[in-house]
Amino acid sequence: MTSTTYENPAAPETDLRRRGIRIGDLLFKGIAIAAALAATILLGWIAFKVFDLAWPAIQDFGLSFIWTEAWDPVTQQFGALIFIYGTVVTSLIALVLATPLSIAIALFLTEIAPRRLAAPIATMVELLAAIPSVVLGLWGILVFGPWVTQHLDPWIQDTPLGLLPIFSGTPSAGGSIFTAGLVLTIMIIPITSAICRELFIRVPKDLTDGALALGSTRWEAIRGVMFAYAAPGIAAAVLLGLGRAFGEAIAVNQTIGNHNAIPSSWFEAGDSLGSKVASEYVGATSLAQASSILYLAAILMVISLATNVVAQFIVVRFERARRAV
Amino acid sequence: MSELTIDPYDITVKSNGLRRRRIVEKVFGVLAISSAVLACGILVVVLGTLVVKGFSSLSLDFFTKARPLYGEQGGIADALIGSALIVGMAMLIAIPISVLVAIYMSEYAGPRVARALKIVLDVLNGVPAIVVGIFVFGILVVGHGQSAVYGAFALAILMLPMVARATQEILEIVPRSLRDASFALGVTKWRTTWSIVLPAAIGGILTGVVIAVARVAGETAPLLFTTSIAANQVSLDVHGALPTLPVLIFVNSESPDPGEQSAAWAAALVLIAFVLVMNILAKLFAGRKRRQLEGS
Repeated sequence: MTSTTYENPAAPETDLRRRGIRIGDLLFKGIAIAAALAATILLGWIAFKVFDLAWPAIQDFGLSFIWTEAWDPVTQQFGALIFIYGTVVTSLIALVLATPLSIAIALFLTEIAPRRLAAPIATMVELLAAIPSVVLGLWGILVFGPWVTQHLDPWIQDTPLGLLPIFSGTPSAGGSIFTAGLVLTIMIIPITSAICRELFIRVPKDLTDGALALGSTRWEAIRGVMFAYAAPGIAAAVLLGLGRAFGEAIAVNQTIGNHNAIPSSWFEAGDSLGSKVASEYVGATSLAQASSILYLAAILMVISLATNVVAQFIVVRFERARRAV
Repeated sequence: MSELTIDPYDITVKSNGLRRRRIVEKVFGVLAISSAVLACGILVVVLGTLVVKGFSSLSLDFFTKARPLYGEQGGIADALIGSALIVGMAMLIAIPISVLVAIYMSEYAGPRVARALKIVLDVLNGVPAIVVGIFVFGILVVGHGQSAVYGAFALAILMLPMVARATQEILEIVPRSLRDASFALGVTKWRTTWSIVLPAAIGGILTGVVIAVARVAGETAPLLFTTSIAANQVSLDVHGALPTLPVLIFVNSESPDPGEQSAAWAAALVLIAFVLVMNILAKLFAGRKRRQLEGS
């Protein structure tokens, strides 16, 4: 029998090298941790800094700024209500129109379309999301907006909906709350429908098959099984779309008409939080006006952060519940 | 014994209001198809309008000359160069940090910390671009004046969560066995990450980067407060404010002058061509790489 003695040729250096390796490992881990910390701190810093910037205005105007309906640089009267109204109404128009459309598109892609057709259509819907907001706004202000005021608005006024005060009045030529809402609809459809599509793909096939085997039609299986299974996810998708609509400044600025008042009709011009902040970039004329712009930015940040955090919260709970099943 | 009679018509059509259910089913199908057609139609209409309104202004001069001061012929070279410089700097800032954050999440952090970081990144992704612009305005522009570097910094903040999330998702599908094989050979963790995991995931990372670049190249809001007040001339001085494509389109779109509007259309056509090419490249790239990874 031969006994093999194993000799480590690198023995003398091992200690030193291992220490070097450990330092490399620690260094890399340290840099990675630092990067992760930086991202977290950045989020907190943004929230803090925007509030810090708005603080003089918050002290000056107090909380009543939020429900004051005024924006007059001459008399130094400032309030956010006009812009909160514009933000909320345009985003709600987008929400109401985009949610059923997005769900229908997602269902078409997952349930109806043959695979060969579904892939290119899904790509086209994704490309819709890739259009920069400033380009969509350019189309919105020069092509789509005039079409809405000349054709769509009068058409709506001819239907029974025209009796509602929000659809009354002469459509304004230079952009309106309604036009901005429609442009936002186009912007959030791809976001919401992409998330819904992922959700519908992940619904277990046995569940829908079971419903179909019991004699339900495809729509009944979708309504009774898929929607029930994916409901929290759909809610999160809708909220993420809404958060995007709240925060959009550029396309809204181009299409809403930029008018410092709450219009009685949605076919008239108004303004939104993001849009107002964006239009003041060249420099406000007085300190009070500059800081009130920052106050608007702070309100916008709170609204969209709250929407996003709620959406994330739903996603986390949804995923935990699905893992437990 | 009486025979049980079954009338197929009775149970399939008359019972349960099957006719009504069939109609609902048909209506649902039609609505779903028309929604998809509508979305595709909007894309086609927007792109078609851009081509129709912008194509005639495209010429060599349009790409090589700066914007005119008064009426005469000019191009958008100043904004093209400004945009390229700013997006390039944003990539330099955002990519290393984003990839490191993703490495920390997938290779080092426990599941709890990783999940918390995921939420942080998703919330950061949800901060409106205009708020990011105000933030950078507040920490850098106030007291120093506008600069292309500050604009790049703002765009980098927008890129960070996008690239980090895309990278982290691709790192997670890199097979465990690759890492284990490397560890079994005595390779250290950081070496494994650097020379085994990252190369395996490079396709996915690039896809994320390309999509993020396409997104921020068209962002206007963060640039308004950081690098919008600039002269219309070709400049490479990144310490001053530089003109950019999105700001040019934004300002010209609200101008009543038809000449400025047609420059906006042509600039928008250039921008969207870039964005679409990037997106299609990313898509092709992602499909191939994902199949490779999942196949192995």
